[in-house]
Amino acid sequence: MAAPMLRWGCPGTRWALAGIGGGFRHRRGASIGSTPNPTREQSTVAQKPLHTAQKLRKGEHKWAAVVGLEIHAQISSNSKLFSGSQVCFAAPPNSLVSFFDASLPGTLPVLNRRCVEAAVMTGLALNCHINKKSSFDRKHYFYADLPAGYQITQQRLPIAANGSLAYSVCVGKKRGQLVSKRVRIKQIQLEQDSGKSLHDDLRAQTLIDLNRAGVGLLEVVLEPDLSCGEEAAAVVRELQLILQALGTSQANMAEGQLRVDANISVHHPGEPLGIRTEVKNLNSIRFLAKAIDYEIQRQINELETGGKILNETRSFDSKLGCTVPMRDKEGKQDYRFMPEPNLPPLVLYDSTTLPAGVDSQQVINIDQIRDMLPELPSVTREQLVQQYGLLPEHSVTLLNEVGLLEFFQNVIKETRAEPKKVASWVLNTFLGYLKQQNLTVSESPVTPSALAELLDLLERKAISSSVAKQVFQELWRGQGKTAAQIVSEQKLELLQDPAALEQLCLATMEEHPQVVMDVKKGNPRAINKLIGLVRKATLSRADPALIKDILEKRLWL
Amino acid sequence: MWARAVWLALRVPLGRRRGFTCQADSQGSGRITADVIEHLERLALVDFGSREAVVRLEKAVAFADRLHAVDTDGVEPMESVLEDRCLYLRSDNIAEGNCAEELLQNSHRVVEEYFVAPPGNISLPQLGEQLPFPTDSSSHSGKGIPHEHVEEQ
Repeated sequence: MAAPMLRWGCPGTRWALAGIGGGFRHRRGASIGSTPNPTREQSTVAQKPLHTAQKLRKGEHKWAAVVGLEIHAQISSNSKLFSGSQVCFAAPPNSLVSFFDASLPGTLPVLNRRCVEAAVMTGLALNCHINKKSSFDRKHYFYADLPAGYQITQQRLPIAANGSLAYSVCVGKKRGQLVSKRVRIKQIQLEQDSGKSLHDDLRAQTLIDLNRAGVGLLEVVLEPDLSCGEEAAAVVRELQLILQALGTSQANMAEGQLRVDANISVHHPGEPLGIRTEVKNLNSIRFLAKAIDYEIQRQINELETGGKILNETRSFDSKLGCTVPMRDKEGKQDYRFMPEPNLPPLVLYDSTTLPAGVDSQQVINIDQIRDMLPELPSVTREQLVQQYGLLPEHSVTLLNEVGLLEFFQNVIKETRAEPKKVASWVLNTFLGYLKQQNLTVSESPVTPSALAELLDLLERKAISSSVAKQVFQELWRGQGKTAAQIVSEQKLELLQDPAALEQLCLATMEEHPQVVMDVKKGNPRAINKLIGLVRKATLSRADPALIKDILEKRLWL
Repeated sequence: MWARAVWLALRVPLGRRRGFTCQADSQGSGRITADVIEHLERLALVDFGSREAVVRLEKAVAFADRLHAVDTDGVEPMESVLEDRCLYLRSDNIAEGNCAEELLQNSHRVVEEYFVAPPGNISLPQLGEQLPFPTDSSSHSGKGIPHEHVEEQ
């Protein structure tokens, strides 16, 4: 959009016509405090993009992708951010709407204490600096599901800023190595959610349900420190776990309690950043990773064939697995931010600044909230490693699967088997079955007690490990039998009686004199063959180590 | 929109001294061009229907520009006269809602307890074009007002 610069009011003020000033402000030599010469402004009409699109030869240099995430998490509270109507996922349309939510004249916002506490708690968990004074702004745009025509948010002075989030990604060819990374958090702000629109293209109308309008959101703005879909997925998963551990949000992406928008651009390392596109409409972590990777590749392909990237908003089509343009952003959207005139600044205190003799309901003490912080996922994982000697990768998996940690801990409680053994069974066998049939832990036909019993049998050497796998498969069928029952019914017990085992070994040796000869000749593989024959004779119910002992004793008599 | 067309015709000769603006202020940018008007109309959904409206706007801007005469170096801007008031914190109880019937009465059109709105955003004409009637969904013009929210199921 070509328009001459027009500075309204003092230089550097926020109310200058935003989108137009973008390219201008970044021009070198333009100091912040200077009053721009109007004639000079008007001559630089065309807004230059931050980088000039060069004709790039294919495979010239390496590409680096820059991904920034904006995450909106619905605060888990009884009532909305600025009104007393209920927060509930499924309810009759427009039944959870107050006069303020419907933006009727004469209504005013009243801040919900719980939402502020949730924001402070989240900020502390993400290592942010909590601003003792934050303010609310209005962000204006027109859309039918925003009845007021503006959204109350905290653009200039958010409640928390400058934090970080630690996460880990698997690297290496075998994906076995866990690397720890950090993403910086720019700010966390409180804002209102909008209503829901249902588009009825057939009748050329949109149906509006305001139940969600006014629900408190935490917007977490991350710095563009990420470089691929996998990192983004790991960050979002970690944030989900943290929010759920804190109880500040249920962070369920499928129910829209956690929404992620990604800003993606590519550039050659060392050169200025490229034009970015925004990808919206991502409602699962898997799609988030896919969409980001697709978009990065699309941009690289586009630039390598001499095309240009448009600063646009795109949507992810999960069926096609690609991003599609949603609408043109027409340069930058001008939201005309202004301070919310109906809300004084939000002042928070800590133990040193807490005023005396004030109603405790009316003040929020940051230190008090810090003391109430529950155990964060990273601490839980560390404890698992320390307590049970697990590998870090294992603790990551235990926490990443919903309900798996609880399952694991329940099995540990009821079995005498070693934790590492339990972990191996839970993470490999149990999880493997779940994934194969696409079940969640809560849908598992095998209970922690059942697995615990099985592992006890194994530990007592009542059964061999291959039999144990067999029994597990039987348990998975969910026919109500316990492990012990299955073992006795199918006569799967390990042959413990040494005399009987010796008999079998002797019998096998007599039946296969050739193999015995091979062993005596010194053929190393022959002994294994003999062991295998004995095992077959025992129907896999003998400990191979024991068999080997007996055979060796007998052979070298 | 003939008034606007006339106004445009008067504006065309470039280099013409700002005939209809107020006295030039220290910032020197009292002129408001057609592009700015279009931008403002789109953002605020107001209608600068006549040249007088634009003149009034320019006068208002010049009036506000007189604030520059005050030296505000090192002074924190005051955003609200409420700035030293206490922000009241409400406890998280459910106290409102359940008035769908009442609220829906405010709406011109209602379908099964949903408010009915036109599809997406209606585009504004370019300056000088005819104002179209409310379009149906089959003609989503490219230059609609950018809207924030995604089509949801």
